[in-house]
Amino acid sequence: MNISRREFLQMLAVASAAGVTLPGQAASKGNIAPNQMYELPAFGNVSFLHFTDCHAQLMPIWFREPNINIGVGNMKGNPPHLVGKNFLKHYGIAPNTPEAYAFTYLNFVEASRQYGKVGGFAHLATLVKHLRAQRPGSLLLDGGDTWQGSATALWTNGQDMVDATKLLGVDVMTGHWEFTYGAERVNEIIENDLEGHMDFVAQNVIDNQWEEGVFKPYVIKEMNGIPTAIIGQAFPYTPIANPRWMIPEWSFGIREDKMQDTVDAAREAGAQVVVVLSHNGMDVDLKMASRVRGIDAILGGHTHDAVPEPVKVKNAGGTTLVINSGSNGKFLSVLDFDVKNGKVRDFRYRLLPIFSNFIEPDVEMSEFISDVRKPYIKRLNEQLGVADEVLYRRGNFNGTFDQLILDAMLDVQEADIAFSPGFRWGVSVMPGEPITFEHVMTQTAITYPTATLNEVSGEQIKVILEDVADNLFNEDPYYQQGGDMVRVGGLKYSIDPLAKIGKRITDMELNGKPLDARKNYRLAGWASMEKREGTPIWDVVAEYIRAQDTVRIKELNIPKIKGLGDNPGLAEV
Amino acid sequence: MKRRSFLKGTVASSMLGVAAGAGLLTPQSVLAAWPKAAFEAKSVDGGMEAALGSSDVIESGDIKIKAPDIAENGAVVPITISTGMSGVESIAIFIEKNPIPLASSYDLGPTTQGFISCRVKMGKTSDLIAVVKSGGKLYSAKKMIKVTIGGCGG
Repeated sequence: MNISRREFLQMLAVASAAGVTLPGQAASKGNIAPNQMYELPAFGNVSFLHFTDCHAQLMPIWFREPNINIGVGNMKGNPPHLVGKNFLKHYGIAPNTPEAYAFTYLNFVEASRQYGKVGGFAHLATLVKHLRAQRPGSLLLDGGDTWQGSATALWTNGQDMVDATKLLGVDVMTGHWEFTYGAERVNEIIENDLEGHMDFVAQNVIDNQWEEGVFKPYVIKEMNGIPTAIIGQAFPYTPIANPRWMIPEWSFGIREDKMQDTVDAAREAGAQVVVVLSHNGMDVDLKMASRVRGIDAILGGHTHDAVPEPVKVKNAGGTTLVINSGSNGKFLSVLDFDVKNGKVRDFRYRLLPIFSNFIEPDVEMSEFISDVRKPYIKRLNEQLGVADEVLYRRGNFNGTFDQLILDAMLDVQEADIAFSPGFRWGVSVMPGEPITFEHVMTQTAITYPTATLNEVSGEQIKVILEDVADNLFNEDPYYQQGGDMVRVGGLKYSIDPLAKIGKRITDMELNGKPLDARKNYRLAGWASMEKREGTPIWDVVAEYIRAQDTVRIKELNIPKIKGLGDNPGLAEV
Repeated sequence: MKRRSFLKGTVASSMLGVAAGAGLLTPQSVLAAWPKAAFEAKSVDGGMEAALGSSDVIESGDIKIKAPDIAENGAVVPITISTGMSGVESIAIFIEKNPIPLASSYDLGPTTQGFISCRVKMGKTSDLIAVVKSGGKLYSAKKMIKVTIGGCGG
């Protein structure tokens, strides 16, 4: 019998629907996905698969979710600002289950050993094929932060991820860190690689001079005879959060009015379903959904929130579903719409964690990844040292991996104080597991990595901390930038997230003495907004780890959090 | 046509605004009668009194300010002020926290739509206050624009 690949996949889909596990998994490993979690019967006639913020993690990884994700103002206690037990309670997830491991930090090390690594493009590819076979015509959407975050992505100028997403079958994408390869490279990829394969959409990027759109604002794709619009929303604050000089002629912003115009235009052009592929961050998505009419769903990313259920937001035009699909390749969203007589009648939604042990890797994608890594494998696998505790980044304040980076900066650069950016990407490392150069690169691989040392006054240090804190804790999401608080080494401080800018940061102390506003301090940093030449941060960190057998995090420098009271986004560990 | 009458007429004020904001034309070179006191006043009220003759303003929902929530570059913040009011005599822009709050003021002719677009400079996070003069009365609206150090996103 000669069957095509497509037919084969369809047969598998039928088999899966009958309760059979995913291709090959039972035969080779004996691992069966718990609770049949990957068996999602098709529903309706318009389906989207969505992943976002994979940060170029082609390989399965460990990723610890935060224990601090504070919501202020009316965001307090609402998704996504729930952590740990509050998260489980809100969504009715039982503790000590694979889902609890995927969505929370609880019991992280033990659960990791039990359920294994998450993500990986070869595993994602198997799952995508499986779900698409059941959902003919479905679209795969990529929310951006795809071309950046790994050593191989940086060293191939984003090419490995461009090729991987093409192989995966991504139909539409938008961006954020993509822009840090510079405007010229972005245009080159769109023209040479994506053309005819994938649409890059962003309604909110215009050129400075003529205020004309730089990218297609939206595309209309027909799915089972139903015209469906996908509108792009790139990260609104790219030229503020990342170096402006890389994209000097492009202006971003939320552009809510233009979003409304774009939705209206898409409807007028015949779209019966309108979704926004967003890199706003979830709080911004929620506010936008309450103010713009005519969007059926926002499929969002940027703030790396893995949210198991859509938030239904009411607005003048009806209801918009807000979905955010996590990060680092850990999750895949499946959104099915039932569309009749030109309108969405009903929907089904699942956010699927990708457990690498429960899914057989796709052969073609595995081979691709192996080929990408081959020229670099020795450098990637260099074992720098071992940590005696779990290393992670994610959370509003310092994670242990950040602390390691800060300790390295203080030591190698002989600084008084160190600042490291509050990025939300970067994988975890298990206690006793060798820290490889690749691990360090998952925390630091950016196109502006120079380690810096500046003389900065105590007053300026306070201004910087206040500024970053306001970008995180402003009670109006449109004034937030996403990202977490700058990681601080050496300096102790207290923070009152509910205070206004200028009043949040107090009790600044260095070596037991109050910080002097007029005195200058040696401040180490990296990821400067200005062009700086010099040693990249990964070399500073690698040098520090190599000098020790076992890396010990002496003290995790989390500020004293004041004035917050009981907040479901804050858990003591 | 004299420069002053050009300004008073049905002016393409957005182009002028851009030119002035970009430093191509200093306000002195544009305006025949340079309102010295208005551009020296250190407070919003002082600036209003000097430029518009009064600081007695009525808040209006019919003034739309289009401006970024967070400025990409405080040195050139693109803004657009529009209003559906008829008989607009002038539109003035104040940046509350700038050392000299009055950024610019535009006199519009009787057949002109209430619309201006320009770029302003902002030293730090501040309210932008738009003041529209119509029928001899002053109406205002405001919007906060944040100026930030940046970095650390994502």
